[in-house]
Amino acid sequence: MTTYDARFRIWRGDADGGELRDFTVEVHDGEVVLDIVHRLQATQAADLAVRWNCKAGKCGSCSAEINGRPRLMCMTRMSTFSREETITVTPLRAFPVVRDLVTDVSFNYAKAREVPAFVPPQGLAPGEYRMQQVDVDRSQEFRKCIECFLCQDTCHVVRDHEENKAAFAGPRFLMRVAELDMHPLDAAEAEGLDRKRTAQEDHGLGYCNITKCCTEVCPEGIKITDNALIPLKERAVDRKYDPLVWLGSKISRRRD
Amino acid sequence: MATGTRPPRPRQLTGVHDTSRAAIAARHLRTDRWWLAPATTAAGLLAFIVYSTWRAFANADYYAAPYVSPFYSPCLAENCVPMKGGPNWEIFGSWWGLSPALLILIFPLGFRLTCYYYRKAYYRGFWASPPACAVAEPHGSYTGETRFPLILQNAHRYFFYLALPVAGILTYDTVLTFRDSTYAWGHMGLGTLIFLVNIVLIWAYTLSCHSCRHVIGGRLRHFSKHPVRYRLWGWVGRLNARHMQLAWASLISVALCDFYVYLLASGAITDPRIF
Repeated sequence: MTTYDARFRIWRGDADGGELRDFTVEVHDGEVVLDIVHRLQATQAADLAVRWNCKAGKCGSCSAEINGRPRLMCMTRMSTFSREETITVTPLRAFPVVRDLVTDVSFNYAKAREVPAFVPPQGLAPGEYRMQQVDVDRSQEFRKCIECFLCQDTCHVVRDHEENKAAFAGPRFLMRVAELDMHPLDAAEAEGLDRKRTAQEDHGLGYCNITKCCTEVCPEGIKITDNALIPLKERAVDRKYDPLVWLGSKISRRRD
Repeated sequence: MATGTRPPRPRQLTGVHDTSRAAIAARHLRTDRWWLAPATTAAGLLAFIVYSTWRAFANADYYAAPYVSPFYSPCLAENCVPMKGGPNWEIFGSWWGLSPALLILIFPLGFRLTCYYYRKAYYRGFWASPPACAVAEPHGSYTGETRFPLILQNAHRYFFYLALPVAGILTYDTVLTFRDSTYAWGHMGLGTLIFLVNIVLIWAYTLSCHSCRHVIGGRLRHFSKHPVRYRLWGWVGRLNARHMQLAWASLISVALCDFYVYLLASGAITDPRIF
């Protein structure tokens, strides 16, 4: 096993202020950034605040920015850095900081609550739902989301413009709207809820300029932009900007 | 009244410098060459804009039998060069005095300008919104595609519909390249190969469009009820995954195609004949 000393700069502070502090810390073969942060806690900075849980890239807790890029600390191998470089770790920069590497991500839970839930179909009791695999394939990709909120953090709509947080749900929750709108049994439309229209009017889909940062940072590899946001934009166009689709829907009344 | 004892009111900060967020002065902490991709994209797009503007306004050297430049096809004004069996459709008559390329280029321009890939490319490359992921953009406010003029990006599917006949006409032009300079059929030159590659890329780019993917099948909720459209959607989806590469490849091929015709028409080279 080889061991070396790595240079780290880690942001320490809270809502009143803080700074990047330098540390030199031992690194062993096969370790990830979260291992190093834990070693720092054990040896040099016992009060360093960090949120983590599974250490397997499945709980979405240890989101941070490593060398300026939003990433999961537990999934960032130390072997991807050269031994000479100084590795910078900061909290997510789109959300209010609590302390050190911990941010207040409650914005995301507020946005989650704004998306109306699945509407059960009439005449079917739970347990009687039957769906074909081809009809749920698309939604299942979105269900891989671990809610690490890296996409929310990197999205410039809210990252660079705090004032847009009220109007914009962010990629994760627009993806949730897309998932429900593609759900073969969702009966929202029958109940008067037009998810295509509300995606734009209530959840701020128009703010997205499809620059794909959400897709770039997703640790689950979900094609958020191509498979959720752009299809949702096209569905909104069906409702709001395409008179031919509107006319077709009035004439045929066929449910797709 | 005491003055000078209260600290000056801090400037209204937003974005990554919002007072609620971690106090980090830098706009970003990325250490990789994040600027390379937007800079390359901007340079590539700028090169094409300069080249195509020159060629579109030149109104010359766009036909060398049997090849017609894709920038001038179909030729819709009376001031076009007569092209035997070629795309001379003088529906604009004689009153149009400018380059006939301007009449037709508006359609592929609109298609590419509203394309989901090119939007990403120029928002990042030219408008720095954002310049790269997790690199703070320089703009004080942002409304995205919620207002005029960017709300017009929602018209992309109409440009897709218009791009289909344009691609069809370029296919017709490619068929015409199986002639020689005396219009006899059954011949091929180097230009024929260039036109063939171009038309394949043009169709691949057009059909890989996100709007096409939606219209073909993406808008359906139950794929199981539409097996043919589901299969087509799958094919378009596979092409769509390469949309960026196809956007660049077809952009370069259409410029090369035009440049080849320019070289022939201006007499700089002669077309090597294969048979």
